[in-house]
Amino acid sequence: MLIIITFSPYRKRAKLPPSYEIEKQMHKIVSAIFLAENIKKIEIEAPRIAKKRKAGQFIMIRVGETGERVPLTIADSDPEKGTITIIVQGMGKSTRELNSKNAGDTISDIVGPLGTPSHIEKFGTAVSIGGGVGTAIAYPTAVALKEAGNYVITINGARSKDLVILENEMKAVSDEAYITTDDGSYGFHGFVTQKLQELLDSGKKIDYVLAIGPIPMMRAIAEVTRPYNIKTMVSLNPIMVDGTGMCGGCRVAVDNQIKFACVDGPEFDAHQVDFKNLTDRNKVYMPEEKQSAEAFAHKCNLL
Amino acid sequence: MGTQHITAKERLAIPRQVMPAQNPDLRNKNFKEVNLGYTAELAQQEALRCLQCKNPTCISGCPVNIKIDQFIKLIAEGKFLEAARKIKEDNVLPAICGRVCPQEDQCEKMCVLTKKHKSVAIGNLERFAADYERETGNVVLPAVKAPTGKKVAVIGSGPAGLSCANDLIQLGHSVTVFEALHELGGVLVYGIPEFRLPKDIVRSEIDGLKKLGVEFITNVVAGRSITVDEILKEEGYDAVFIGVGAGLPWFMGIPGENLLGVYSANEFLTRVNLMKSYQFPDNDTPVFNCKEKNVAVFGGGNTAMDAVRTAKRLGAAHAYIVYRRSEAEMPARLEEVHHAREEGVEFLMLMNPLEFIGNDQQWLTGAKCLRMELGEPDDSGRRRPVPIKDSEFILPIDMAVISIGNGSNPLIKQTTPDIDVSKRDTIVVDINTMATSKESVYAGGDIVTGGATVILAMGAGRTAAKAIHEKLMGIDAHE
Ligand SMILES: Cc1cc2nc3c(=O)[nH]c(=O)nc-3n(C[C@H](O)[C@H](O)[C@H](O)COP(=O)(O)OP(=O)(O)OC[C@H]3O[C@@H](n4cnc5c(N)ncnc54)[C@H](O)[C@@H]3O)c2cc1C
Ligand SMILES: Cc1cc2nc3c(=O)[nH]c(=O)nc-3n(C[C@H](O)[C@H](O)[C@H](O)COP(=O)(O)OP(=O)(O)OC[C@H]3O[C@@H](n4cnc5c(N)ncnc54)[C@H](O)[C@@H]3O)c2cc1C
Ligand code: SF4
Ligand code: SF4
Ligand code: FES
Repeated sequence: MLIIITFSPYRKRAKLPPSYEIEKQMHKIVSAIFLAENIKKIEIEAPRIAKKRKAGQFIMIRVGETGERVPLTIADSDPEKGTITIIVQGMGKSTRELNSKNAGDTISDIVGPLGTPSHIEKFGTAVSIGGGVGTAIAYPTAVALKEAGNYVITINGARSKDLVILENEMKAVSDEAYITTDDGSYGFHGFVTQKLQELLDSGKKIDYVLAIGPIPMMRAIAEVTRPYNIKTMVSLNPIMVDGTGMCGGCRVAVDNQIKFACVDGPEFDAHQVDFKNLTDRNKVYMPEEKQSAEAFAHKCNLL
Repeated sequence: MGTQHITAKERLAIPRQVMPAQNPDLRNKNFKEVNLGYTAELAQQEALRCLQCKNPTCISGCPVNIKIDQFIKLIAEGKFLEAARKIKEDNVLPAICGRVCPQEDQCEKMCVLTKKHKSVAIGNLERFAADYERETGNVVLPAVKAPTGKKVAVIGSGPAGLSCANDLIQLGHSVTVFEALHELGGVLVYGIPEFRLPKDIVRSEIDGLKKLGVEFITNVVAGRSITVDEILKEEGYDAVFIGVGAGLPWFMGIPGENLLGVYSANEFLTRVNLMKSYQFPDNDTPVFNCKEKNVAVFGGGNTAMDAVRTAKRLGAAHAYIVYRRSEAEMPARLEEVHHAREEGVEFLMLMNPLEFIGNDQQWLTGAKCLRMELGEPDDSGRRRPVPIKDSEFILPIDMAVISIGNGSNPLIKQTTPDIDVSKRDTIVVDINTMATSKESVYAGGDIVTGGATVILAMGAGRTAAKAIHEKLMGIDAHE
């Protein structure tokens, strides 16, 4: 018996129809100004985030379609205007690309606010310590500590005078404000740790310390306050991918337990953080970061 | 057109048509799709194998009860577009399910031919019909009912959310999908790799929903950007469907898991698939450089297979699956295991990691493992692996991927305390309606079941859509 089958002309796999991109709500940059060399303050439209964000929270930002997702703290927001402000230090490709943007430019993706907000209460005397661009991250929490009725002392460190940022803003929320520079070109000559030690030596009763900056700085602050048993929080900056708790890439060891910095943090008890592991883990993509940064610098030179 | 006079005996004489695939030695170096799909000839030959049973048992094996006998008959007759449309009456994402369903445990397991012969290749045929419809540009949008004036929010754009959105929009409701990531599709885009499920297919399915009028808003994390209560009260939605998946990777809790080079499967796959780090430096996101390195993936599920095959494609010298039970117990789809082996993946069975070991820069150098043997069956009926004494040894590896499953993301639970969750943090629902303990809030997919399958998540989305529709329109389901 015969099997008769009629074949359709369809054989070869045709090309797929062009896939569409969902219309993204692009985020417009409202203003962008350098605060110091390589540190830019950028105000961006993000109405939903502006309405919700609390001190200590961050966003993930993707500059363009091939960009990586980069975490940045929300330094300030204006719910009425529907904008948020970030302060960005050009470190590698992504942050430098972001810092090359100006008012009127757009950003393809911003998600937030992410992370657990800073724990704010009336501690008594609270010291907010910022190192470098960490000052920008400490700023919103300093504001919240002040609003909660604390006596707020701020210590902000930079390598030299021209790298000091947010001096006036910090002064405005502080009962006492100190600037330190490594080279002594402005304020106290020395590190933020030395200034903190000086305050402690002078007999000042300190109830709470928040320290945000480079890992060695945060680690040193933890050692300064440990003997005094002062509650000390640090904001950790592990490498993140999604920022929503889905990948575990941002895991940090706190009290010998795995914590996801993007949901459980980014603030943790400084006396329990394994800083060495964080330092090591942040080096994991060093060769690739270098490659990206060089390619980007090359591209900029060609422009 | 069509078939004439073909007896059961003749049908049984046709061998199961093999799915054409890229040569293993080529495909393990690229990210293009492994399976090439049936040609029309192969599809028709395969379709002829179906006995057109009076009582098609295959249908009971499909979680969404696709009319399998009917669509296969249409393929046999060369009516490919009709076949695709028949499938779509029950399954909105056939091109995806045809590719990723564990058919051997579902529809094909229940096919009458399975016992004595090989089952009809239902999944391959489903895929063929869906691809034919899409690739020939013949996708017709289904009719949408008159607007009801009701608004429903869907949280999460994985298969559960997409199928729920699809049914609701067709019923005339207005639907908004909120997605945390910058891309839509859930695990379909960030987990399952391009070589198994091309992202263009996912996008074109989503495109269809968009054309039907579903609104998609990316970069919104429910619980952080907006809470469920705000969606209901402030944004005026009449109901919410939660389909946020099981996205919280488990680690093993052994020493050394924080060493450099140790990844969760979610992180490794997200970097490669979602962030396209296989195209680094054209895409900015880096991933561990696997070239000439030894990579071990710990686990035996689909996720583990995807991770290990990805590592192989990124140039790993050795790509191992390390699994504590034997191969028979591996939960991964048979086809994936088979493909992985063809591509050169090495399977180290009955082996349990005790500790990761690193060098002084904290880079991973090896995994201390213990060999196991199979003992008595446990509660699940699987023979429990028991350690062999003094069998410890060090497996030298440069990268490890931990793929032992996912828990539930705590964000919704933390911010919506009146939604009941189980001890494992999965959302508790009435399985007939997918209603949660909170009024007007429904949930389905992995957030309810824990890590399961695409088709089960879709089925849950449909069940919820039906219940939401009845609730919003005041229809009594029990009449
Ligand atoms: C919660 C959080 C808040 C932050 N807030 C600010 C801020 O307000 N202002 C600011 O200038 N910086 C902030 N950072 C740091 C900032 O995210 C990194 O500097 C940035 O990602 C570097 O990317 P890059 O491509 O420019 O540099 P790269 O060359 O890629 O890296 C430079 C260094 O940045 C770190 N890094 C790289 N990629 C990531 C990533 N995806 N996530 C986190 N760290 C990474 C690595 O340690 C690396 O050594 C924050 C980080 C975190 C985790
Ligand atoms: C690597 C891998 C391979 C797999 N292979 C197969 C296979 O071959 N066959 C098969 O059948 N199954 C497979 N599975 C399982 C299958 O993918 C899942 O069961 C299915 O995707 C679950 O669908 P879902 O809609 O419940 O969730 P998901 O697909 O996880 O989607 C959830 C979505 O919600 C988003 N989301 C999460 N939290 C929030 C929030 N708070 N706000 C807004 N959005 C949020 C997520 O970003 C995500 O997009 C695999 C899974 C993985 C990880
Ligand atoms: S959806 Fe899955 S289970 Fe159902 S018929 Fe298709 S392949 Fe089989
Ligand atoms: S059980 Fe098998 S042979 Fe029978 S109708 Fe279904 S697919 Fe065809
Ligand atoms: S960044 Fe992925 S879990 Fe935190």
